[in-house]
Amino acid sequence: MDFLDIVSSILLLAGVFFGFSGAVGLFRFPDFFTRIHAASVTDSIAAILIIGALLLQTSFDLNTAKLVFILLFLMVTSPTASHALAKSARHGGLLTLAETRPQDKQGSAK
Amino acid sequence: MAEFIDLVLLAMLALTALRIIFLKDLFAVVMLFGIYSFLSALIFLNLDAVDVAFTEASVGAGISTVLMLVTLAITGRKEKQSTHSSLLPLFVVLVTGAALIYGTLDMPPFGHPDNPVHQHVAPRYIEESPKEVGLPNMVTSVLASYRGFDTLGETVVVFSAVIGVLSLLGVRRKKKKDLESGLESHRVLHVVAKIIIPLVILFALYVQFHGDFGPGGGFQAGVIAAAAFILYALILGLPKAFAVVGPRFLQWMAAAGVLLYASVGLYSMYMGGHFLDYNQLATDPVAGQHYGIIIIELGVGVTVFAVMLNIFYAFGSQAERSNVQ
Repeated sequence: MDFLDIVSSILLLAGVFFGFSGAVGLFRFPDFFTRIHAASVTDSIAAILIIGALLLQTSFDLNTAKLVFILLFLMVTSPTASHALAKSARHGGLLTLAETRPQDKQGSAK
Repeated sequence: MAEFIDLVLLAMLALTALRIIFLKDLFAVVMLFGIYSFLSALIFLNLDAVDVAFTEASVGAGISTVLMLVTLAITGRKEKQSTHSSLLPLFVVLVTGAALIYGTLDMPPFGHPDNPVHQHVAPRYIEESPKEVGLPNMVTSVLASYRGFDTLGETVVVFSAVIGVLSLLGVRRKKKKDLESGLESHRVLHVVAKIIIPLVILFALYVQFHGDFGPGGGFQAGVIAAAAFILYALILGLPKAFAVVGPRFLQWMAAAGVLLYASVGLYSMYMGGHFLDYNQLATDPVAGQHYGIIIIELGVGVTVFAVMLNIFYAFGSQAERSNVQ
């Protein structure tokens, strides 16, 4: 039991770290696509780590099953949401930073 | 610890509200409204009001965000610059706010056990409802049995909302087949939606029929089922969604739910009791309460599902039409 608690707290701390780094990236990254990359880190790995940590705290009952369902749902939906967002932005004509940079050097666009 | 969480959540709530006031981009405002609802749901959860939190999360953050986004598709996403001065409204708001704060000074202390709200009917519900109604989830027994008439009123309000929307907007079926509807090019979304939608409907049915034992009930279940169909309509386009559940059929469903609810009341009158007196539905009064609550929750669920989906159809078909022109 003690060993499981230690593993669970390590997973929780890792989840908090990834969630925090995702939030920092959301504010600090320069354009839409890099930001969505940071946000999807929060969505996917942070959520998986935190729910994994909570799974180790349960005593294998109904709560375990519910957490597993939530985990599966998140693993399917959050990458899809990030993908749909990025694809819609791409179809809407949004360029990545690398594509807009040459114009910056000429000083024609912002 | 719980108070600390409450304080953090309340501070985030206040920040979100302030941001909503000063933003001009309505799309961001709608998203912030969703965050606001989720924060309120978390506060309710921290107060152990699980049913209210569930309703707030599914209705406030889920379906109303979607409906407001569809409205933005019709109206455009920029707020109009107001020209007139805001001094008088500010004065009115300040005076009203001061009066409200003055009014709270007379309120009983927060959370005190001797408060009238904890003394009036709540002890009776807590002590008698396990014997009288016999449901593990006391919220459902209060909502569906003791306050059954109020809940009928709420269902009628939801029903009249769809009457208002349909008489103002109406659902237009599209004639032309050639223009692209839905998100045809999003292959990944198609696949994932086909996996997710049946599970969402299954979860809605679970919430519907498990509401007697855990958090949930007709309102949340109806909204969740409507969300599944809205997802289908968003991804595959309105015409295909019309082929699954048409707007005309939904109008019948919305009316049928309210009628089912009210007819339980009439039937109990016919059996010799009062309106919505479930004790008359079976020879054993507690079994009668169970039957009554399951049937009226089904009526609520059917009405809420049909109304939410029909409002989405009305807004969505208007948005597609205005995009064509």
